[in-house]
Amino acid sequence: MCNTCGCNVTSGNRHLLFTAPAQKPVSAVTVLSNLLKHNDAHAEQNRARLDAQGVLAINLMSSPGSGKTALLEATIQRLKDSLNIGVIEGDLETENDADRIRAQGVPAHQITTGTACHLDAHLLGPALDHFDLSKLDLLFIENVGNLVCPASFDLGHHRNVTLLSVTEGDDKPAKYPVMFRAADLMLITKIDLLPHLDDFSPERAELCQRKLASSAPVFNLSSRSGQGMEAWLEWLQHEVAEHKQRVKNGQTLRPRVQQDGQSLHDPASQPRFRPVVRV
Amino acid sequence: MSGLHRTQPVHELSLCQDLLEQVIAIARAHQAEKVVRVIVNIGPLAGVEPLLLESAFSVSCEGTLAEGAELVTALQAIRVYCDVCGLESEATASDLSCRHCGDFATRLLSGDELILARVELESVEEVRH
Ligand SMILES: Nc1nc2c(ncn2[C@@H]2O[C@H](COP(=O)(O)OP(=O)(O)OP(=O)(O)O)[C@@H](O)[C@H]2O)c(=O)[nH]1
Ligand SMILES: [Zn+2]
Ligand SMILES: [Zn+2]
Ligand SMILES: [Zn+2]
Ligand SMILES: [Zn+2]
Repeated sequence: MCNTCGCNVTSGNRHLLFTAPAQKPVSAVTVLSNLLKHNDAHAEQNRARLDAQGVLAINLMSSPGSGKTALLEATIQRLKDSLNIGVIEGDLETENDADRIRAQGVPAHQITTGTACHLDAHLLGPALDHFDLSKLDLLFIENVGNLVCPASFDLGHHRNVTLLSVTEGDDKPAKYPVMFRAADLMLITKIDLLPHLDDFSPERAELCQRKLASSAPVFNLSSRSGQGMEAWLEWLQHEVAEHKQRVKNGQTLRPRVQQDGQSLHDPASQPRFRPVVRV
Repeated sequence: MSGLHRTQPVHELSLCQDLLEQVIAIARAHQAEKVVRVIVNIGPLAGVEPLLLESAFSVSCEGTLAEGAELVTALQAIRVYCDVCGLESEATASDLSCRHCGDFATRLLSGDELILARVELESVEEVRH
């Protein structure tokens, strides 16, 4: 799927097709390299492009319908006079979400790849070409509505925000630990509906989140009523300001889970791509 | 994992592209004629379904040096280190708290790996180092 660097195994490699002779010696090569090394390399390129223009990129993840687009609409309404915002939509079926964002008067690009269940760094790169990054402070990436796999792919963004709407059940973090562990911030959305639901406890949802060894802040809010929006907007403004300072100092920021993974599988402690042949 | 992935392993297919690219590069570097077996270490917190990865791998390998290679997935245990009491313990995906003192301030020691561990190659002639 990589049109950027032609790194794929394509018809060009088909000459490698081979008919196996019997009884050849087999050698084992120890590798210990990250399976997603290539995606991660693209992610670093994307992040460098964003950092060069001081743009903070935030990846929004949740199940379908948790209120990602509604949150973006409400956020843009309140922040568009103070921040330059752009949006990449990864809702893969239609242009609906991008149209809703454009109606708010900010640039939006829809990634349309048909069946992909998550965004990856290869998809984000070309999407960035649709923006004048020098004119942006904040780029939202609305990932595909899916609680399973978007969290496994670094896009080159800086922060993961995971939404959990009150209609989904407060034990979602326990059921989808990979997704919720990745959160740098967790938003409990549609809080206006809480009085109508007797079985959702924001405290229980937060407890499930803490059990994932997550220290991510948890905010309750409603895009509909506006309740709780202040804390979220302040968090965003603070993050944008911090990031501008950070890139001025030549530094960057990776989403927490990617940082963890990096130190956990430190290249220094693991011989990445120094194959050892044992005969 | 989700039903979406059971019927449509797009996710695992896209992972295979990275994996296969690395495997082929290693095979070429060793002038191998054929990739026999690929061993990957997967942690429960990596978000990858081993069985789906195995079937996606055989599809991705068609027409390459790795065609017909077997993918073996080694599931890794989840272990955490507690910042409060300084002890290590086993944990589960939905509960990473410390088994000794119950605190949530733990760090993952293993359990989220997605690592290409080993490649077994069939060579034209024996490689000596
Ligand atoms: N009551 C209430 N409804 C909301 C709120 N936010 C969103 N909704 C409704 O929830 C539904 C889904 O909202 P979207 O914003 O489209 O959700 P999404 O996460 O972008 O959905 P996908 O892109 O399909 O994954 C819509 O009918 C919204 O009107 C809220 O704060 N309160
Ligand atoms: Zn590539
Ligand atoms: Zn949406
Ligand atoms: Zn996926
Ligand atoms: Zn402890």
